[in-house]
Amino acid sequence: MNTVLRVEGLTVHYYTLRGVVRAVEDASLEAGKGELVALVGESGCGKSTLGYSLLKLVPPPGRIVKGRVLVEDKDIVSLSGEALRRARGELVSIVFQDPFTTLDPVRTIGDQLAEVMTEHGVGEEEARARVGELLESVGLPRELAKRYPHQLSGGQRQRVAIAAAIALDPRVLVADEPTTALDVIVQKQIMDLIDDIRRRTGMAVILITHDIALAAERADKIAIMYAGKIVEYGPKSLVLRNPLHPYTRALIASVPDIDSDKWPEPIPGYPPDLRRPPPGCRFAPRCPRAMPVCKEKEPPRIRVADRIVSCWLYRGG
Amino acid sequence: MVEVVTVVARKLRLGLGSLLGDLPGAARKLAIAGTVIVGVIIAMAVFAPLIAPYDPTKMVDSPLLPPSAKHLLGTDMLGRDMFSRIVYGGRIVLWVVALATALSAAIGIPLGLLSGYHGGKTDRALSMVMDAIYAFPSLILAIALAAVLGPSPVNAAIAISVVYIPTYFRMVRGQVLQIKATPFIESARALGIPASRIMTRHILPHLLPTIMVVFSLSAADAVLTEAALSFLGLAVRPPTPDWGFDLYAAKGFIQSAPWLIMGPGVMITLLALGLALIGEGLGEKVRRTIG
Amino acid sequence: MGLARYVAVRGALIIPSVLILYTIAFIILRILPGNPILAVLGTKNIPPEQLRALEHQLGLDKPLYVQYFDYLWRALHGDFGQSLVIRGRPIAADLASRLPATIELAVAGLFVSLVLGLGTGLVAGLRRDTKIDTAMRIYGALTYTLFIPWLGLMFQLVFSVWLHWLPVSGRIDPRVHLRTITGLYLLDSLLTGNWAAFKSALAHIVLPALTLGIVLSGPYTRLLRNNLAVVLDSNFILAYRAHGVREKRITWHAFRNAIIPVVTYAGLQFALLLGGAVLTETTFDWPGVGTYLVEKIQYRDYPAIQAVILVFALIVGLISLIVDIIYAYLDPRIRY
Repeated sequence: MNTVLRVEGLTVHYYTLRGVVRAVEDASLEAGKGELVALVGESGCGKSTLGYSLLKLVPPPGRIVKGRVLVEDKDIVSLSGEALRRARGELVSIVFQDPFTTLDPVRTIGDQLAEVMTEHGVGEEEARARVGELLESVGLPRELAKRYPHQLSGGQRQRVAIAAAIALDPRVLVADEPTTALDVIVQKQIMDLIDDIRRRTGMAVILITHDIALAAERADKIAIMYAGKIVEYGPKSLVLRNPLHPYTRALIASVPDIDSDKWPEPIPGYPPDLRRPPPGCRFAPRCPRAMPVCKEKEPPRIRVADRIVSCWLYRGG
Repeated sequence: MVEVVTVVARKLRLGLGSLLGDLPGAARKLAIAGTVIVGVIIAMAVFAPLIAPYDPTKMVDSPLLPPSAKHLLGTDMLGRDMFSRIVYGGRIVLWVVALATALSAAIGIPLGLLSGYHGGKTDRALSMVMDAIYAFPSLILAIALAAVLGPSPVNAAIAISVVYIPTYFRMVRGQVLQIKATPFIESARALGIPASRIMTRHILPHLLPTIMVVFSLSAADAVLTEAALSFLGLAVRPPTPDWGFDLYAAKGFIQSAPWLIMGPGVMITLLALGLALIGEGLGEKVRRTIG
Repeated sequence: MGLARYVAVRGALIIPSVLILYTIAFIILRILPGNPILAVLGTKNIPPEQLRALEHQLGLDKPLYVQYFDYLWRALHGDFGQSLVIRGRPIAADLASRLPATIELAVAGLFVSLVLGLGTGLVAGLRRDTKIDTAMRIYGALTYTLFIPWLGLMFQLVFSVWLHWLPVSGRIDPRVHLRTITGLYLLDSLLTGNWAAFKSALAHIVLPALTLGIVLSGPYTRLLRNNLAVVLDSNFILAYRAHGVREKRITWHAFRNAIIPVVTYAGLQFALLLGGAVLTETTFDWPGVGTYLVEKIQYRDYPAIQAVILVFALIVGLISLIVDIIYAYLDPRIRY
């Protein structure tokens, strides 16, 4: 079977003291073997929340309200307790944004990597042996296992984080802005590493980023998120060269292009307060092509060729 | 008389209300409780002649009587009324603590300001001395000082103040060092404003909130230190009533007259508690305003 | 730098503070009270020749700075001088017999305060923002306002006088015979297999240790709770969870991280521990350096008081050195 990850109708809300924040609403996507799906959107659009929910790692007061996250036919959302603990790392894994704070400062790299494995049933000796291999597979020397995180550079630490994430050979890797905290050269190295791993092992990668250029470089498929909803989703080349959703179009137009004479165009207005999202389409207040129906009813997912768009403009397919 | 008290009480409540206004429920209640406790104890000490039924230094009845309507806290081993001794004892404690805290602040704060601002060898030497004193067990130093000076409230106050000078010094100096590096102090110096003016007008006001917090907390500590000195016989000479001393006296009669330890013991802890609560409340307020 | 060099450098720093305190003690005890002999004897009616003879005998007629270095030099060789009051009695011998008692009490008190403080801090940190958390934090903020003698006396009242469960005072039942090796009764009774002595020593140390421990436990509660709160929110804890590490192990890792500042604080608190020990000793008639100091004060035995201060300064310096070493061991970021 080629589809490794299937997300269906995922809805995540945060029940805060100041109201219910509808962070992710009815999100659906798929990833095949070895595919990289980029989840693109501006800050606060819910992409990180969506990424975390693939491991059921949404912090309280957040909760997955509806939907399924299927990895090899197991629904992560339905898991809890020991089963959930095992699934994390074995089925789905994650690499976080900030490599400077995601490693335990008082333990050696080797200890932390070994623990990921021993906590999942691997024997102590075998785990230690595999640590060396793991480090090599992410391009780090074996001796690094004796070191502490603060003795490593940011790029090295991120590689360690990746090593920890792939230690148990998961089917899906969520990469939450893995290179934002690093410089461009290291960024390329890290992304090359991720590409190499997914090609070797067939692991699917969900890349969360606000950087369309990065998505353009690396993704097979792109999902554009706005205000908690996936507004457009499809193969990269189609989405970028022929954007359907007005937001996608505006987003692309807002990226500076060194070859073009035109100034980038910012999108007027602000994203909505997700405690009180507007009725109907969430982008309608800022949309240059908004129609009356947009302000009344939320657009459904509409299939247009190989893509899925949530926009009334494409009513009828 | 009653009107005066009510007016004063209301004014205090208003002032306190604005001061503690934005603290969350539990913290606010505790801070107010602290203020009330301290206020009541101060009032008790001030109005001692009106409240105490007997002369605290005179024998008025048989010794070691249990609490009764005639003697609310019983009588001590010399036949003196414990309740009166407690009421008057507050005077000594408050006097010593106030004097000690005032002295250590009056010496520690200017020293910290000057040392922190001017820096250099004097600052380093002074800091080393202050650090050495600060690291040393305060009670032991106070005991040694009080022993040498002789038992009297003033001497006890001096002994206690020496121990707390480093607290003020370090706190003020630390903050001065931080503030000294800020651009607005640099511009003040560039404008040629004299150092003394910079310190008093520009730096000191920023320290006031933290000073107030340290003030209450070190006052709470000073109460316990005074009580300790008094317990060891280094603060007052008999027959002057003092809580710590009375507690020590009661120690010997713990089997025959256990109630005697309650009065002094509870009062010491209560006063320290009240001051600590105020200090915690102020500390929380400072954290919220600055933090 | 390596651990050994760190220790050496750090160790050298003790010397200035010990010297400072010795100087302060010297000033207080030699210069302030006027003629110490008169103070001890309490009378001014001595024929001057006799006074001078006494002064000469005790070396008090030498210039002050000579006395200063003299005493220091001899102290470094273990001679803390002789008691002014009990003529000819070496202070060092007294201190040697009393010091273990204080150390035993201080360690027991530290143990209790750590257990109570870290325990409440852990509970509060794990149950953040609940009523339990608030209760623990109130405990932490207010235990130090308890007056040690009063708490001690209350314990005596309840557990000794009323319940007869525990002895009122002293260090061990005088009828029990214990051969001492270190001077630490609990240790010695275990080393010599003397079960009766162990039980007695334990029974005697419970109340003093509890008193001292409760009063000093508060800061640990707050410290651990706040650190734990910070650590539990940090990314590497989230990363542990994301990698499927068991909750219990995650708590342990969080604890290991959160506890580092606690070690430093324990060191800083040692001075408080010693001060509190003095007060506890007086309350429970515990034969340690604290009660020794109080006795000597009553007799105006200045050399003895000076010796006590010197010894305490040394102990505090040593403890802070040990704490720094432990800290360097726990937090690898300091070492490398």
